[in-house]
Amino acid sequence: MNLVALAMRKQEGLTPDIIAEHGLSPDEYQRLVAALGREPRLTELGIFSVMWSEHCSYKSSKVWLKKLPTEGAQVIQGPGENAGVVDLGDGQAAVFKMESHNHPSYIEPYQGAATGVGGIMRDVFTMGARPIANMNALRFGAPNHPKTRHLVAGVVSGIGDYGNCMGVPTVGGETNFDPRYNDNILVNAMTVGLVDANRIFKSAAKGIGHSVVYVGSKTGRDGIHGATMASAEFDEASQEKRPTVQVGDPFTEKLLLEACLELMSEDAIVAIQDMGAAGLTSSSAEMADKGGVGIELELDRVPTREEGMTAYEMMLSESQERMLMVLKPGAEPLAERVFRKWGLDFAVIGYTTDTGRLVVRHRGALEADIALAALAHEAPVYERPGTKPAGPALIAPQEVPAPSSILDTLESMMGSPHLSSRRWIWEQYDHMVMADTMQRPGGDAAVVRVHGTNKGLAISCDVTPRYCAADPYEGAKQAVAECWRNLSAVGADPLAITDCMNFGNPERPEIMGEFAAAVEGMAEACAALAFPVVSGNVSLYNETNGVAIPPTPAIGGIGLIPNIDAMATIALKRSGDILMLLGAETGHLGQSLYMQIMLNRSDGAPPPVDLDAEKLAGDCVRGLIRSGDVSAVHDVSDGGLLVAIAEMALAGNLGVELDDLPAPLPAHGLWFGEDQARFVVAASPEKADAIHKAAAMAKVPVRLLGKVGSDSIKLQSEAPLPIASLRAAHESWMPRFMAHN
Amino acid sequence: MKASVIVFPGSNCDRDAAVALEAATGASPAMVWHGDSELPESDLIVLPGGFSYGDYLRSGAVAAHSPMMREVIARARAGTPVLGICNGFQVLTEAGLLPGMLMRNSTLKFICKDVHLRVERNDSIYTHRYQRGEVVRFPIAHKDGSYFADDQTLQRLEGEGLVAFRYSDPSGAITPDANPNGSRNNIAGIYNPSGTVLGLMPHPERLADAPLGGTDGAKMFLSLVETLH
Repeated sequence: MNLVALAMRKQEGLTPDIIAEHGLSPDEYQRLVAALGREPRLTELGIFSVMWSEHCSYKSSKVWLKKLPTEGAQVIQGPGENAGVVDLGDGQAAVFKMESHNHPSYIEPYQGAATGVGGIMRDVFTMGARPIANMNALRFGAPNHPKTRHLVAGVVSGIGDYGNCMGVPTVGGETNFDPRYNDNILVNAMTVGLVDANRIFKSAAKGIGHSVVYVGSKTGRDGIHGATMASAEFDEASQEKRPTVQVGDPFTEKLLLEACLELMSEDAIVAIQDMGAAGLTSSSAEMADKGGVGIELELDRVPTREEGMTAYEMMLSESQERMLMVLKPGAEPLAERVFRKWGLDFAVIGYTTDTGRLVVRHRGALEADIALAALAHEAPVYERPGTKPAGPALIAPQEVPAPSSILDTLESMMGSPHLSSRRWIWEQYDHMVMADTMQRPGGDAAVVRVHGTNKGLAISCDVTPRYCAADPYEGAKQAVAECWRNLSAVGADPLAITDCMNFGNPERPEIMGEFAAAVEGMAEACAALAFPVVSGNVSLYNETNGVAIPPTPAIGGIGLIPNIDAMATIALKRSGDILMLLGAETGHLGQSLYMQIMLNRSDGAPPPVDLDAEKLAGDCVRGLIRSGDVSAVHDVSDGGLLVAIAEMALAGNLGVELDDLPAPLPAHGLWFGEDQARFVVAASPEKADAIHKAAAMAKVPVRLLGKVGSDSIKLQSEAPLPIASLRAAHESWMPRFMAHN
Repeated sequence: MKASVIVFPGSNCDRDAAVALEAATGASPAMVWHGDSELPESDLIVLPGGFSYGDYLRSGAVAAHSPMMREVIARARAGTPVLGICNGFQVLTEAGLLPGMLMRNSTLKFICKDVHLRVERNDSIYTHRYQRGEVVRFPIAHKDGSYFADDQTLQRLEGEGLVAFRYSDPSGAITPDANPNGSRNNIAGIYNPSGTVLGLMPHPERLADAPLGGTDGAKMFLSLVETLH
């Protein structure tokens, strides 16, 4: 920023260095000059640089995102607003979205993660919804990498402190460790909110001469150029970008939430938009552009934290906990009273115009005068070349070495960084505040009750990065399918998803190829499962010194449980119940955790996803839950069948006695293979017929696995594995890892 | 029973407390904004959990000096029952209605989980529905929950039987392992000498409804309803 500071002081012309520092290519700069019809002022250059950044403009991803299914009878609002909205019936709707805060969290883990959570909650309450649940999907580097522990500690405490103070429960998520995230961690945060379907607020400014109002915190110099930073690769100098990371204040956001919801209960607001990435610039430009109006801002009226801020700094600041609103005429005194009550800043900083231009004045000078069309929908769009990734060949289970003991292997896997308990993480999150948490972290999906009703919202975040790395198309399909399966496993009707697309540098054809393949895989799964995408976020340039992360299309899905009395959990309930497997088995070990943990191998194709089989198995299980025929349900995913059974045993603190396996597949393939579209269910023995019948009707293969009882996991030919030892292995890795100095 | 829940900026368990009170009493409590000038006639005043004033300075320190607290303190001294849960307990100690203070957890981390508590007395307005020595399960959710008082104060609390709840194992044994946050003598909650003011870190309102996985907390609100009508 030194060059910029110098230019501001000297008021001299823009040098090529200054332009390059704003992340604009020479071509893009020429395009900018053509759009303006002249050279830009410095503030205008700043505005273009953030609006045309990858982060704000989606210029590399836009053409591909159009391929995703976004419609359905349940969809009230698809992509394009602050968050997506789906119908919950009875006049209520769920508002939800997932967003990345990867780059800032790597540079400054505590504040980066905290403001990620703050930002996604703002997106949801901007639409009039009260946030009722937070989730997060985290990817860290290898446990033995010197920065990993520091990053985990900072990210978890940043997420916790922000959500805990807001009083919104953080009900679940997922965490992976993989050396390919060593220099680019991923922090994806999701929020779900509840709103009356006829009280949804949007961002399109309508009407001329209406007040543009600034509320919330004061504007400071933090986060300037955060969006530009998030649109570039990292190198050795990235730590110098710390000043681009924002600083969060959850207390102010809690006040902002209550004040916004209070004002939203009155008839006062035309449009509202939170100031997230690119702050005042993006919020004002997007509101005006969407509504087809112009906007004129008087920056002298913007509440500032420090003296002497320039127009450039004010327009680009990413100070948190701020909102921009267009009010109905005459609503100003009411709005001011509400925000003052909550101790927040309130200022009329401009008005809407009929010019279609963004005009910014400061200290009597014209700082910017730009046609909004040039900033928004005339922003560059790229059809970047991509090379289609070649998926590796299938590996037959017979080609994979077998372990000497199945149960010893199970114990090792359950105690590994990949499968060990995440209790150390979620006990730092208040997951019970609001007193509607029906399923706490650790199950297939979190479930929160729709307050005051007997309905439940199920929420799950999923992706398996090692599958996506091997085959982005199948991997992305699997991510959508697993999310759908997890929601089905608690008894919910899956409704829709939000996505968080984390990839490397799209200017490299192999990365663009990964992105394209992942979108195609997602699109196919979403269409087949009637599970549309209603909101999302793309985070590119997740690479350092030319090494990219594995493609990581994180999927956040929600589903509706019509009656929480008919909800399933993974915990085994009583001795004497039988265990059954629903779904077909091939013993697929390619890309399995068995190969990764026990053999240190990451070869072969990931398990193929048969979307018809997913649909049949999921619908069948949901039916069994609703008819009360099953006492526990768990989907089979990471680690395979035996890991799923072990997790059910741990959750219920009950052992299982497992039968001999069917021939002719090898035992380690059956126990640790990661074939998709499968569920383990427990039921009382007299329900066996009903389950067989339901499975036969649905054309889903079913077999008896054994029965529930005792305090060990028992296989015919091996010494029993006590639940207590399994628990010790499962629970001890993470606390031990985090306590290590 | 007429209950009032005081809402500070940053309170976030005010609704949860109101829901539990309403389930027990059949009437919704008055939600009293900290900036309001009047506190309604109340049989019970509840200081809810959350992060009042962001817990800046010290947890509960700013709320203790808010205008509404002057009235709460006056009512408490005149004998009106006051229940402080989590942040409410912190406010009560900062306001001088209860002795000691809540320090950062010994783990230095926020902890959210169910804990077991031993009910030390069942002759109070808050606990007569419980058995003496009964073990109950309440959730905790706090970063500053380690109860500290000097030796003399502690001796007085113990001597006068003012400890309300202690962290215990499921069998009721008071052990270091059962102490989640480093509280002295495993103290989870205390009374004032007249037993009308109760402060506790665990959240009875979070397990007062069967679908949430437990109802041990409901008995506290039912006890209050029976005594205070």
